[in-house]
Order: sequence, then structure tokens, then C-alpha cells
Amino acid sequence: MTTNTCVLVAIGRVEDVPMYEGRAVSVEGRRLAVFRTDTGFHAISAECPHKKGPLADGLVGGDTVTCPLHARRFDLVTGKAVSGGDGCDSVEVFTVVERDGWLYIELGD
Amino acid sequence: MSGTVIIGGGIAGQAVAERLREAGYDKPVAMLCAESRPPYDRVKLASLLEPGGDPEALQLRPDTWYEDHAVDLHLGVEVTDIDRAARAVVTAAGERITYDTLVVATGSTALVPPIPGIDRDDVLVFRTPEDCEAMVAAAAGTTRACVLGGGLLGLEAARGLVALGVQTTVVHLMGHLMERQLDPFGGSLLTGKMQELSVEVLVDRNTHEVLSADGRVSGLLFTDGSTLDCDLLVVCAGIRPNTALARAAGLECERGVLVDDNLRTSDPHVFSVGECAQHRGVVYGLVAPIFEQAKVAARTIAGDDAAGYEGTVPSAALKVMGVDLVTAGDPMADGGVSVADPETGVYRRLIVSEGRAVGAILMGDTRGAESLVAMVTRGAEVDDPLAALAAAAEAKASDLPDDAQVCACNGVSKGDILTAIREKGLRAPSEVRACTRAGTGCGQCKPLIAEIVAAEVGEATDEATYLCPCRNLTREQVAAVIKERGLRSAGEVAEACGAGRDCGACKPGVAYLVSLIAANRHREEPHSRFINDRVHANIQKDGTFSVVPRIYGGVTTPDELRRIADVAERYEVPMVKITGGQRIDLLGVKKEHLPAMWQELGMPCGHAYAKAIRTVKTCVGAEFCRFGIDNSIDLGIALEKAWEGLYTPHKVKGAVSGCPRNCAEALVKDIGVVAVEGGWEILVGGAAGSTVRRGDLLARVDTAEDVVKVSSTFLQYYREHAEYLERTYDFVERVGLDTIKAAVLDESTGEPAALRERLALARAAARDPWEAAAAGARTEFHDLGEDPEPALVGPPADGSMTSFEDDDKEIA
Repeated sequence: MTTNTCVLVAIGRVEDVPMYEGRAVSVEGRRLAVFRTDTGFHAISAECPHKKGPLADGLVGGDTVTCPLHARRFDLVTGKAVSGGDGCDSVEVFTVVERDGWLYIELGD
Repeated sequence: MSGTVIIGGGIAGQAVAERLREAGYDKPVAMLCAESRPPYDRVKLASLLEPGGDPEALQLRPDTWYEDHAVDLHLGVEVTDIDRAARAVVTAAGERITYDTLVVATGSTALVPPIPGIDRDDVLVFRTPEDCEAMVAAAAGTTRACVLGGGLLGLEAARGLVALGVQTTVVHLMGHLMERQLDPFGGSLLTGKMQELSVEVLVDRNTHEVLSADGRVSGLLFTDGSTLDCDLLVVCAGIRPNTALARAAGLECERGVLVDDNLRTSDPHVFSVGECAQHRGVVYGLVAPIFEQAKVAARTIAGDDAAGYEGTVPSAALKVMGVDLVTAGDPMADGGVSVADPETGVYRRLIVSEGRAVGAILMGDTRGAESLVAMVTRGAEVDDPLAALAAAAEAKASDLPDDAQVCACNGVSKGDILTAIREKGLRAPSEVRACTRAGTGCGQCKPLIAEIVAAEVGEATDEATYLCPCRNLTREQVAAVIKERGLRSAGEVAEACGAGRDCGACKPGVAYLVSLIAANRHREEPHSRFINDRVHANIQKDGTFSVVPRIYGGVTTPDELRRIADVAERYEVPMVKITGGQRIDLLGVKKEHLPAMWQELGMPCGHAYAKAIRTVKTCVGAEFCRFGIDNSIDLGIALEKAWEGLYTPHKVKGAVSGCPRNCAEALVKDIGVVAVEGGWEILVGGAAGSTVRRGDLLARVDTAEDVVKVSSTFLQYYREHAEYLERTYDFVERVGLDTIKAAVLDESTGEPAALRERLALARAAARDPWEAAAAGARTEFHDLGEDPEPALVGPPADGSMTSFEDDDKEIA
């Protein structure tokens, strides 16, 4: 048995996430925020670790998103907090797979 | 009269007048201008080729300045003769004006080289606002233009013509562009940059003849036999000093009027400054030397002739958007080091000769320009040129030497700014700008001024300096890009200059700027707006939203109240609250309920979530109140309807009180109006939030119509001149009430009417976002997979998906 299996969960069409915007999505009971930037699609956990702000509603610049509540900024690729400091945790990052115009989230086994 | 007479109302004449008063000269000063307009900033002439370019915006000083400084300004007065024996000038009208001291600042005219066929009415030059007007008019019927001359002015003219939609070629006699400022390599890079900006460039072309056909310019014939078709020719081949008057008066002249180190001509009572003067064999055609000459001449006239002028190492900055270029000194000297990356168009060169800096070229990356130019100007010793070049790029304001020029437009050095800060106890960049004039020209040095103030005063200034801090772009710079290229969305701006590309924080500010410049005929992009503006509601701490319908002047009806109550019940709104601005707030609304609630409310959007016109609250006024002087309710509603839907740099709250008891709290509003006996008082810049400030009295007017007129004019002035996120109370303090009054109240300038026209244009194109969303019946603002929505986890069976935002929503 290989342990390297993973599951692709479809979340929607490519065009559902407009350029430089985010959308919230539920995947297997988890809330994620999916973004589209010049470098492709990115997914992170939907809530800001600071005060649970809706990250999908944030402003996207480069490969970062800024939380609309208190302007914590996160790197969409690494999930690391870029600014806003004061012990602000990073967010979880998920792999987005694009295939035939559909978007999938890759979930580990 | 006794005192000083200045002939010429250009930058030089104006500078002499200003320096005279600064030097404490208290005798009369008269300025005789042949042109019919007050002195204007010729350096920014190219801005008149842009759409909406306004000659009056170039005026160096407001009309009131001359009165305030006792400078007697004569417009449209041509001097025909200087009677040196009688110490008098004679005007074309025959008037004789006597002087103790005369300053000849007659400037220069465009040089038109003696090429056969060039002497035609439809061959234009680029020298005055009228020339620009002629270029704009001619551009309309032109398919192909040619600019003769590839110097600073020629390139600016060519870029302006391209922006007017004309295919344009620059023809240059020499082997490379701007040969007086650039070396051949720099020139070739510049050619590439101009070509990127759609300006065609031909170098090494000697024009033999200007061809014409059917009574119109048709092309150029070069000495090598080749030709170039064009139906518009603009000559930018240099300048010719205006010396005729001085020559006729017997003053010694060569190419220009000869002056000594105190700017004195061969007659000790006559001085000459600017482009008409020749000092130590040099006639300067750039602005920086003029300021230095004016300073020395004024001091000498005021009695201090110790100050000598030793000439200026020329430095220049090309004012073509998209090309960053600063040069200083001699570009052709040997030696020194250069760093070049033709791929990105970056070229930095420090030219060092016999151990001293003699020239600098900074293209594409002008970091450290101030310190490098200062090094060249001073002839600083340089041991390690490469290290000096690198260090300059990293230099902070505190590293700059005192003699470094900070504001090239007004000739203000870092030392001047430090002196002003220390002697006058200035604390803010705005005070420095008001006091020294630095930063009031093209505005590019404003960030540097803020840095200098911060370093000197020892505290960070909270003034918004960069609109895009990631790219060090000011609001003025971004606005220039938007205007020049006719951009219609924040995305296009990011594409053009990078603003908003990195962290995205400035995107809402850029989006505002685009909408302002396009008078709301821009392309709306949700991604560049704060979430509130995407969903037209105010996000709350738990991610829910609040809904505030517009209730004009705080006056509602039973029917509206019933609908609000019904909607609140139907959507189980957790809280209904009366706001401070006389509105009703429905709090805790789920995002997906928003469009339906707007539709059912059937009321206009209250914009309580936006940097926009919020509310105009009113007291009951004369209609019911026994103290009421005038009808505050009707006026409040009229104001709110006149401004509804307009976005602003920051939120704008208004109020109208029917008497000075001020129940509507109009004294602490961004725009407040108070009825007084016989009229209304309009106050601006008031606040009662974290800052409490009583509004400044802008004007007292007679009628309600005048209130709408004057306060609307102020509103547009604020919309156009405030930094993004700058409230009116900061704006009024920064800009100064006098400046605002001059711009908003002086109808003789035509500017107030123009402001109102632009406001009306923007207002006409503003749509109610709730109505627009309801009319489009879009199902926007649902999230992908909003719980519980299993159909969205995985592709829907029919393969269709809902589109959430209309990307190309035009506001028009």
C-alpha cells in the first residue's frame, strides 16, 4: 500500500474566482479562502488567526492578502504573516489543482 | 517711481521679485509683463498638452500674492525703450516709468533655425501656453507630426503630441538625443524609451528644407536626400535670448546681456537675470541657474553685494512620464563609472575627472539623484566612484548635504529647508511647503521633504506622502500617469506604473483617483475596492454587515419606516439602531441577504460604508422651531441630493443648522452650514470624532442656492486635492484656509465654475449601487460554498456555475 495517496476535491470553476479576488469555500468541513493572482490559484484557511476576519474578503496584492478587519497581511504561497505583527500566527496553506477549467483542493490522505 | 523695475514676467522676473522681498528690500517693486497673464511656470508647459490642461494651473503665485507683497504687477505692458540717462523705461503706450534699479529679465524666444521653407504660419514652436493651444488645435487635424529637435523640450512636446493621438517623430540633428545632457550610450537608451512611448526618433538628420503642399506643411527633406512626411511641424531647436531691448539701450551684449558676478550689466543701475543674461560666457536655458542668479541679484540690489554668483553646473530632469531621467554636469567628460542594464533601461553613471565629480546621468533609476547632483555641482572629491554611486542609491534624507537641491521647480536646497525648520520652528511638511515653496511645483520632492522634516523634527510625520509606498509613488505621480495614458481602472494603473502591485494596500486609493480623474466614467474593478465597496455594506467584527439606507436630511416617512421594520423582521436583523448621523442602521446582516434587502427596502444606498458623502443632518429649522432663522431641512436635503453617491478622499459628513444654537452640530462637520440673520455661514474642516475641531468659516452667503454653490465648489476642491484618506480637517490645515478661499471663492479666475462643472460631471455618472445591483438581479455576494451548500463542493450536475461579480461593470 502506498501512503502517498491524496484526494482532489472539486470546488468550482476557474471563472468563479475572478483575478485578484478571493472566494470562501467549504471543503470536507473546513472553510478555505481561494484566491487568484498572477501566479495562479492559492488556498489558505478562511479565517484570520487574529480576530477571525474573513480573508476571502481581503485586498489582494502580489501573492498576499490583507485581512479586511485589521489589515493583517498573509503570504498566499507560504501562509506566513507578512505584516501586522503582534504574535499573529500564519495561516494553513492548501494546494489548488486546476484541471480542464475546474479547481480542486488537494487533501492529504 | 523710485525702487526696482523688473522687465519680464517669467520665472526669472518673478524669482527676483520674491528674493527682493525676502532680502528685506522695502522700496517699491514693479514688474512689467508683456504677456497678458501673471507669471507662470514654463517648466510645466507640457502639461497643457494633456486633456484638461489648464494654463491657470501653471500660475506661479495667486493674484493676491502681488498685493500682499507690494509688487506692482503690470500685465500686457511691452517695454519699447530704456532711457538709461533718465533712468526710465518707456512702454508701447508711451508711459514712462522711472527706476533706481532696473532688472532685465526678458527671457528668450524659441529659436527657429534658418531652414528654407520653415517660415510659415503653420510651423509651430513650443514656448507659451498659446503655442500649446495651437498644438492641441492642430493635432486634431493631423495624421503625422514631426518635432524638430531632440532636447528636453522637443521630447516633452513629442510625448504630448503622442498623447493627443498623433503619430510623432522627433528629428534630431546630433548623433543622439539630449546630447548636452547625455552621453551617446544614455542617448541610445533614451531613444529606446521614447520608442516604447510610441515616439519615433531619427538622429543625425540635418534638415535641408521644409516641404509644403496645398498651402500646408507636407514633410521634411534631409541633406542625405531622404524625406519624412508630416502635416504638422513643431520646432524645438533651442532658445534665443531676448536682447534687443538691452542692445538698443547700449548695454553690452554678446549672445546674451553681459553680466558680472553680481548680475550687473555694463550699467551699474541695470541688472539682468535668466535666459537673456550671459554670465562668464554662458547663457543658461534651465531653471536651476535662474534661481541662483535671482538670489544674488536681489541681495545685491538690497544692498548686500558680498554674495557673488559663480555660475551653475547645469542639471536637468526630463519631465516625460514613463522616463525617469536626471542629469548633471558634463556628460561627455571621460572617466568615472557606470552601471547599466539595457534590459530594464537602467543606466547610472558618475563621471569623475581628476578625482572630482563632474557629471552624472541617472536613467530608469534616479535614487540618490539629489546627492549625486550636489556632488557634481560642488565638484566633490571622489576616491571610489563605484562606491559613491552605490552609496547614493541607498542615501537617506539625512545623508544629503545641505547644498543638495531638493525642489528643482522652486530652487530650494536641503539647507534652505533646514534653516526654515530651525528658524521658524516648523513641525510639518505642509508648513515647510508653505514657507519655502518647496514641493509646490511638480510635487515630486514631497516625499523627500517629509523625510527631511521627520529627520530634523525627530518624529514621524503622519502625513500621507506616498499613495503607493511600495513603489514610492505619490498621488501626483500616479495622477499624472492616469491622465497621460487615459487609464480607466486601477488594474491599468498597476500595469502602467506598478502602483498596487505589491501589497495591494493602495488599490482603493488608486481606484478613487481613477474614478476622480475619469469623472466616474471609469471601469469598476471589485478587486481594487475594499470589501465594503464590493458589497456596498459595512463589514462588522464578526464578518456580518450593516445596512444603512439613505434618509435625506434625516427626514423620513411612515411608509419608509414600515418598510425598514418589515425588512428587519423578515431577515431577522439582530439590531436596529439610530445612528449619530440621523439614519437607521440594520446591523448583523448576512452577506447573502444584502441584495434582497436593498430591493425590498426600495430606498437609496446611504453609503455609510464608504469613503464618500455620508450624511447631511439637519435640525427642524424655521419650519417648526420657534428659534429657527431659516429652513435648514430643505437646504440639508438639497445638499445631500447634490452630492449623493460621490466618492471622496475620506468620508464627508455634513450638517445644516437653522440658527446659531446649532442643534445639527454643523460647527463640527466636514461641511457645516449655519443660518444667521440675513444669510448662511459655511464652515469647513470641522470634526467631532477622535479629533475635535471647530470648522473654519469659508464664506458667508445670502441664499440657500449660494450655499449649494459654494459648498459644492469646496467639496470638489477637496475631492481633487486631498491625499487619499485625508479628512477635511487635516486637509484644511495642511493646505491653508487662504489657499482654499482663493481657489473656491474667487469666481473671476473661472476655477470655481470649472470645479463645479467637474463635480456635476461626476455626479451625473454616479449610480446608486443598491439600485444597480437590484436592477442587474445578480446573485453576487454569495460565497462559493457558503454553508450549507453541498452543490458547490464538487461540480454541479448541469455544469453551470453562478458568476459572482460582473468584472466589467461600467459606471457610466
